Amino acid sequence: MKKNMGRLGRLKKTTKVDFATYLGVTAAFIVVSMLRDQGVLTRSLTGMLVPICCYIVMAVSLNLTVGILGELSLGHAGFMSVGAFTGVITAMSLQSAIPFAPVRLAVAMIVGALFAGVAGLIVGVPVLRLRGDYLAIVTLAFGEIIKELINCLLVGYDAKGLHIAFNISGSLTIDDLNMAEGGIAIIKGAQGATGTTTIASFGAGFVLIMLSLVIILNLVRSRSGRAIMALRDNRIAAESVGINITKYKLMAFITSAALAGAAGALYGLNYSNLAASKFDFNTSILVLVYVVLGGLGNIWGSIIAAAVLYILPEALREFSDYRMLVYAIVLILVMLATNNPTIKGLFARLREKLTRGRKAEAKGGGR
Amino acid sequence: MKKRLLALVMAGALTLGLLAGCGNDGGGKTGGETSPSPSASTPASPSASTPAEPSAPVEPSAPVEPSSAASGTFKIGGVGPLTGDAAIYGQAAMNGAQIAVDEINALGGAVQFEFKPEDDVADGETSVNAYNNLMDWGMQALVGPVTTGAAISVSAKLYEERVFGLTPSASSTDVISGKDNVYQVCFTDPNQGVASADYISENLAGSKVAVIYRNDDAYSQGIRDTFVKQAESKGLEVVYEGTFTKDTQTDFSVQLTGAQSAGATVLFLPIYYQPASVILNQANQMGYAPTFFGVDGMDGILTMEGFDTSLAEGVMLLTPFSADAEDAQTQSFVAKYQEKHGETPNQFAADGYDAVYIIYAALNAAGCTGDMSAEEICEALVGVMTSISVDGLTGQGMTWSATGEVSKAPRAVVIKDGVYVTP
Repeated sequence: MKKNMGRLGRLKKTTKVDFATYLGVTAAFIVVSMLRDQGVLTRSLTGMLVPICCYIVMAVSLNLTVGILGELSLGHAGFMSVGAFTGVITAMSLQSAIPFAPVRLAVAMIVGALFAGVAGLIVGVPVLRLRGDYLAIVTLAFGEIIKELINCLLVGYDAKGLHIAFNISGSLTIDDLNMAEGGIAIIKGAQGATGTTTIASFGAGFVLIMLSLVIILNLVRSRSGRAIMALRDNRIAAESVGINITKYKLMAFITSAALAGAAGALYGLNYSNLAASKFDFNTSILVLVYVVLGGLGNIWGSIIAAAVLYILPEALREFSDYRMLVYAIVLILVMLATNNPTIKGLFARLREKLTRGRKAEAKGGGR
Repeated sequence: MKKRLLALVMAGALTLGLLAGCGNDGGGKTGGETSPSPSASTPASPSASTPAEPSAPVEPSAPVEPSSAASGTFKIGGVGPLTGDAAIYGQAAMNGAQIAVDEINALGGAVQFEFKPEDDVADGETSVNAYNNLMDWGMQALVGPVTTGAAISVSAKLYEERVFGLTPSASSTDVISGKDNVYQVCFTDPNQGVASADYISENLAGSKVAVIYRNDDAYSQGIRDTFVKQAESKGLEVVYEGTFTKDTQTDFSVQLTGAQSAGATVLFLPIYYQPASVILNQANQMGYAPTFFGVDGMDGILTMEGFDTSLAEGVMLLTPFSADAEDAQTQSFVAKYQEKHGETPNQFAADGYDAVYIIYAALNAAGCTGDMSAEEICEALVGVMTSISVDGLTGQGMTWSATGEVSKAPRAVVIKDGVYVTP
């Protein structure tokens, strides 16, 4: 027993925090699943489980770009959009090929992640070579461009395969895809994807969260992760010791984009209707707020912030129209509480007292 | 770099305080999809001979077996955008529904309603959340959602969980297709395009038609598609088609010049009244005076602030409801609405009002009781929906097909001296 304690004590603090994060997420998943199975959970909460998972993955992945890489991205919802629509197309067209829904969902998420990753590469390669806040501006534009592009997209699927038309003139309709009998329209331009078979599940959301945690935490604690953080802290110093700036920036940015794509695919397959305008600037900012309130670079903080801030507006429905006011006040209070020097000092002193007490105890025990 | 980043982040967060304050305001800001596709109804004859008693409008004058009337207290939920860009539609529908509920409760009959409207900011995700919230409350039937995108998301849930849904104004066929328990009060988008083409080819025969529509909006695009198709089969000549998007709806000189040089005598505008007002204004300045023909999105142009209503003189439109109608039923509704909310009700209010009376009629026809579960009520109502007939504000003798589509007589009105008149 003592030996074990010793080994645990010898672990680095960051490692302990990482394991606590994994453990916390798993415990939360088990508790929530049990509550749901016993019917204790309200329907409103049950309905929010999948979107919460999606937003957690969004927040965690954005934290990689904003908190750990130190670049501001204002178009994270754009990657989610790419993932969502490619995921929906994949899942809908594989309906007969893969009848087993969980496998189809997994394939859709992988495809969504791939496409979002490619989009991240396209955006990242030219922009991440620059210094300054260009990434913020370009990702902002990227989000808007993706929205407009998907508004022009017509996609259908029939026995012959996928039919895709690009409706720039606005005069095409789904009939112009010339689909064979029995074909299904998957994306109808401005209407977005309608009639999607919803196959997303809370279990899949949990697996996705765990996967993104494993990927991001391992990346951050690895040699590459230290290079990425060195870039954030002092670019010139990092460059002078021979760190390839573009490579490491791209690594973080593409990982972040791909995870957002997978989250998007899960999100898209949770609703039977999905329009491109859902993934607008507001959604990007919403996720950014989860990250900022959870703490930049703080992964478990993002998880908690995303879950709490997603449930909050729904929980405030009691207040009807005043709920926006209350929500805004809560946001401001959280900002104050986490950034106020007095409160921070209070926490620091508390922690100091605790650790000192423990050390004294340990010393006492040693004698 | 770090400082600037922090400043940006803070600025972003503050912006969000405002934006997200409205609970993931996915709102219509981005145009198209939120398309609060206004009830695609075609005009109903409000000049009906309905009894003065406002609560009488809905008499299941149907060949339903004289089953025992419903009894008990029913929990009716409402979902629509009460905040955000599309709030005007949701608030009107929910206010209208509330008036109908109050009227039915005031009758003191065996049927009492409890009505609870929830906000969905015209967003599918929030709408599903609102629906789940209402299910926690114990909702037995749903009036809503009001907007199309949200309604498609929720109707899938309704179908899955067997809850009866009646949307006042979500006009896309996607809302009802493949779902036997979701019905519409309004006409579908395709019906509106077809009805417009039919009307123009019959009443304005031999005219050359130009269409100006918004191609990033599902509502506008949907009506235009069916209109052009039907016009072709009716031998109506479409000489010009002009498009615009959300970002270019402030100047239409190019489209108007195009329509004029193509020699169009009828200008079909399947768009909302805000851009339509700009078109009317610019056409007037150009001295171009074709017959303007709008659909239900045009409704509201007369009450628009800062718009010279004399420009709308002679504009024709398909609308299900006119607050100026003379019949007692409309008059009583308008009076009540004005007293309660201080404004003239629009068609969404009338759709919401009708929706409650339709559910009332169906509950009576099916003989439901207040202690039945949502699922039992759903099955019972689905059984009678195709056989009831309801006289409402937006149509006399409304009946429903098994697909959920409403059938009521389409009708056009023309604006004369600032009011709607039957041509």
